[in-house]
Amino acid sequence: MLTRTVLQQADITRALSRIAHEILESNRGGADLVLLGIPTRGVMLAERIGRVLDELEPGSGTVGALDVTMYRDDLRGKPTRTPQPTRVPPGGIDGKTVVLVDDVLYSGRTIRAALDALNDLGRPRAVRLAVLVDRGHRELPIRADFVGKNLPTAMAERINVTLRELDGEDAVTIVGRHSAEETR
Amino acid sequence: MTPATHDAGLRNLLSVRDLDAAAAVRILDLAEDMAEVATREVPKLPALRGRTVANLFFEDSTRTRLSFEAAAKRLSADVITFSAKGSSVSKGESLKDTAQTIAAMGVDAVVLRHSASGAARVLADSGWIDAAVVNAGDGTHEHPTQGLLDAFAMRKRRHADASRGRDLAGLRVTIVGDILHSRVARSNVWLLHTLGAEVHLVAPRTLLPAGVGAWPVTTSSDLDAAIADEPDVLMMLRIQSERMHAAYFPHEREYSRQWGLTDERFGRLPAGTMVMHPGPMNRGLEISAKAADSDASVILDQVTSGVSIRMAVLYLVLSGAAAGA
Repeated sequence: MLTRTVLQQADITRALSRIAHEILESNRGGADLVLLGIPTRGVMLAERIGRVLDELEPGSGTVGALDVTMYRDDLRGKPTRTPQPTRVPPGGIDGKTVVLVDDVLYSGRTIRAALDALNDLGRPRAVRLAVLVDRGHRELPIRADFVGKNLPTAMAERINVTLRELDGEDAVTIVGRHSAEETR
Repeated sequence: MTPATHDAGLRNLLSVRDLDAAAAVRILDLAEDMAEVATREVPKLPALRGRTVANLFFEDSTRTRLSFEAAAKRLSADVITFSAKGSSVSKGESLKDTAQTIAAMGVDAVVLRHSASGAARVLADSGWIDAAVVNAGDGTHEHPTQGLLDAFAMRKRRHADASRGRDLAGLRVTIVGDILHSRVARSNVWLLHTLGAEVHLVAPRTLLPAGVGAWPVTTSSDLDAAIADEPDVLMMLRIQSERMHAAYFPHEREYSRQWGLTDERFGRLPAGTMVMHPGPMNRGLEISAKAADSDASVILDQVTSGVSIRMAVLYLVLSGAAAGA
């Protein structure tokens, strides 16, 4: 199995910092902004982006978590998934600009589920999407507004995101680039 | 995409004795998420859309049936309900035929309440149906979701928002009343033991089962001594007049005097003791109105917890490739 590191700690930190700047720019400031991370690693990324936002514009880094497990379209086919907690910041999401944060954007199905979940929580003024990695192969008409890195991949490859909060180190790796070589 | 948390679902829920501590805590934690849903603008989840839950109630139980119904509907499942009263069961149809008839209508889970101990196990092991089976009370054997919701309510009262991930280690629970006929007591005893709580049973000797020596509990017939021992939880069981066919105690008033939670006994309970009752209550018999309506009472929390726990259980038996046909 071939493993290639595509983003290291400094790259990830830079990407998140850039995303934070872009969020502030497109929102014309930090007012009425809510970052909702999608568990597990999306929540950690949202917290990191939130810290940068707070440095740039104190009070703008409102962060929560949005679990989408119960809204997935593949609950039947896959082994049982355990939902993670959803945390909505005290001010709620009505009338706010919600930025969904996830680690990898792939088929787009997680984000579709997240949009459904948001719908049950309230009515944001706008919903944006920030991802650390966009690896392509969308199955739904969904795109990200803020992307850490565009990473063209083959379907057979796997993207692994590790974060120091959970895995001890920051890295984005591609696993199994040449499926023919794997069999050797 | 990074790996999501995959765990084995539950095939059926027949007995709390099938659950180890980790599995039980997982159900309680999942119920925390389900309880949070009730606070949302739209208190409904689409997780079980297109799945059908059949409530098969061969014995009357309004609250358990309603609770399962509410739980299934909050998860967007369709519910069909079968009550023995006025049905073909009164014409002599067997469990097998009723279950197969319901299954032929296409159901994914059966919630079964039956007067025969072990009925849920029989249905699950029989091969008569493919659907998952959730035991909603079988004779004097078990009532697993009641045990789980009681544990959930205790944990919530004890640890509030810090409940997640915790068991009930060290909690001292006293269960009072008709242990002999109580499936609620059995499910509580085993589940609380699994979760690390200490269980003490108080009952007239005639209402303690013969095999109680093999249970992980201490027993006595002195409620006053049990109260002086300052338990964390005092759970009063219902005197089930429909099962009182023999002379288990001389008279209801005598029972109330000896084993009822009277106003006077309630006054002697230390502050912070939770008073529980699985319902429906016989006010003035096993529990006084003052105790039932007090701040110490967790009785309505138990009802609320019931819906969350049943949502968690239905989700676990109905989601995932392992479950259902």
